[in-house]
Amino acid sequence: MAKIDTSFFDIGQLDRLAQGHTAIHRLDPRAKLVTTIAFLVAVVSFPKYEVSALLPFFIYPVVLVAMGQLPAGFILQKIVVVAPFAFMVGVFNPFLDHEIVLHLGPLAVSGGWLSFISILLRFTLTVGTAFLLIATTSFHGLCLALLRLGAPKILTVQFLFLYRYIFVLGGEAMRLVRARALRSFGKRGLGIKVFTSIIGHLLLRTLDRAQRVHQAMLSRGFDGEVRVLRPLRFRAMDILFTLGWLAIFAAMRVYNLPQFVGTLLTRTMS
Amino acid sequence: MSHHIVEVNDLRYGYPDGTKALKGVSFRITHGESVAVVGANGAGKSTLLLHLNGYLTPQHGTVRIGDYPLTKETLQEVRRTVGMVFQDPDDQLFMPTVYEDVAFGPLNLGFPPHEVESRVLAALERVGAMALKNRAPYHLSGGEKRAVAIATVLAMSPDILVMDEPSSNLDPAARRRLINLLKSFKHTKIIASHDLDMVLDLCPRTIVFHQGKIAADGSTEAIFRDETLLEACGLEKIERLQRCPVCGN
Repeated sequence: MAKIDTSFFDIGQLDRLAQGHTAIHRLDPRAKLVTTIAFLVAVVSFPKYEVSALLPFFIYPVVLVAMGQLPAGFILQKIVVVAPFAFMVGVFNPFLDHEIVLHLGPLAVSGGWLSFISILLRFTLTVGTAFLLIATTSFHGLCLALLRLGAPKILTVQFLFLYRYIFVLGGEAMRLVRARALRSFGKRGLGIKVFTSIIGHLLLRTLDRAQRVHQAMLSRGFDGEVRVLRPLRFRAMDILFTLGWLAIFAAMRVYNLPQFVGTLLTRTMS
Repeated sequence: MSHHIVEVNDLRYGYPDGTKALKGVSFRITHGESVAVVGANGAGKSTLLLHLNGYLTPQHGTVRIGDYPLTKETLQEVRRTVGMVFQDPDDQLFMPTVYEDVAFGPLNLGFPPHEVESRVLAALERVGAMALKNRAPYHLSGGEKRAVAIATVLAMSPDILVMDEPSSNLDPAARRRLINLLKSFKHTKIIASHDLDMVLDLCPRTIVFHQGKIAADGSTEAIFRDETLLEACGLEKIERLQRCPVCGN
């Protein structure tokens, strides 16, 4: 239970990091969103056995962490928490794909191992930059960027409310779970039957709360439109950031930098 | 300036499940008055408050806010006139940051951006929450949330403030700050509360609800000294008005 508590409040921690005042934080959310999407597309688009060409891409998250003055340990910890999913996706590859595709001296590496490593690398890159995006932009900055980039308003407003009330709902769920644990001794009272009743209660409470929130919105003149006050301005810095990184990603996608350096080294040595 | 009166005449309301929440309620609150609405749980206080901001429309009888009778046509005007502070600030603070939340009302009222900004800043300044401007509502303490909830309403410059249990869940210091803040407002105030001690500090007049009807309406002090009335309505004489248990004076 303590585990639910802590990982839950970490979501808020990620958002709190977004209140920093570095050059990265000051960038327009749209610039960061577009750059991150380009990054994700570039990383995901490599063929499945690719490992070496992925490595240069670590420069983007590393630069973000350094310039945004973010705690790298905390971000890594967050990645590790969700890592089991990627691990489960790739863990059977070495058993299914025995074809030898690479010889490292005496060691023969099968395609399965390569693709497994590739999956883990991609996972670290994509999830890491997604976390970094939130930690430098904040969740509502992102929603705003989505809105300005033409995402449907109803969707972004849903996101905003989801993010606002997930903390309240989580707090309520936690109190219910705690109350149950305090009155159930040993295994009795912890069965699925009680659990379904808890879920039912949560749903009813949520409906009630939704109604009260709606009342509060109506009493402040809500007419179906959520107006957001925050002019976003795309400055020269934002253009530079976006175009610069797009160019770097394109270059890293087309040219395999480690291979290039490797051949250069072997050629000079021979 | 228009007269910020609230006039309720023979108001009745029954919920779909058959509960008769209000059974003929009439009162008139005049400009600048500060009135408490007290009563046991389920006495009809909340139902009354929902009528005052037009969330519920009268099934029988009339509600008149300022110059407008409450109808579907005057709803927006009534909601601008009446600022409603809800019992649970989490219901009222739904935007990502404090600033945007306070700006929600003024933006809906269609004010130009610079006017919205000056209103938001003035409202935050008024409740002493300027430092919380860029914080997210769920990171605030109970007292801070309450202050911001009041600011969200002040930013629309209402004439009448309606509050549901403003002092609930506050620690003693935060409660005292809230009382002093409310004391400084010149608005017409209607406060529903179980905190009779606060009522004595804030409201010269009290309306007692009992089972959907008004059991008493008059001077707070006179009502709070009437032990038979209080007991019949599920209330209790507050300590300050009781005799000292040690010396009997």
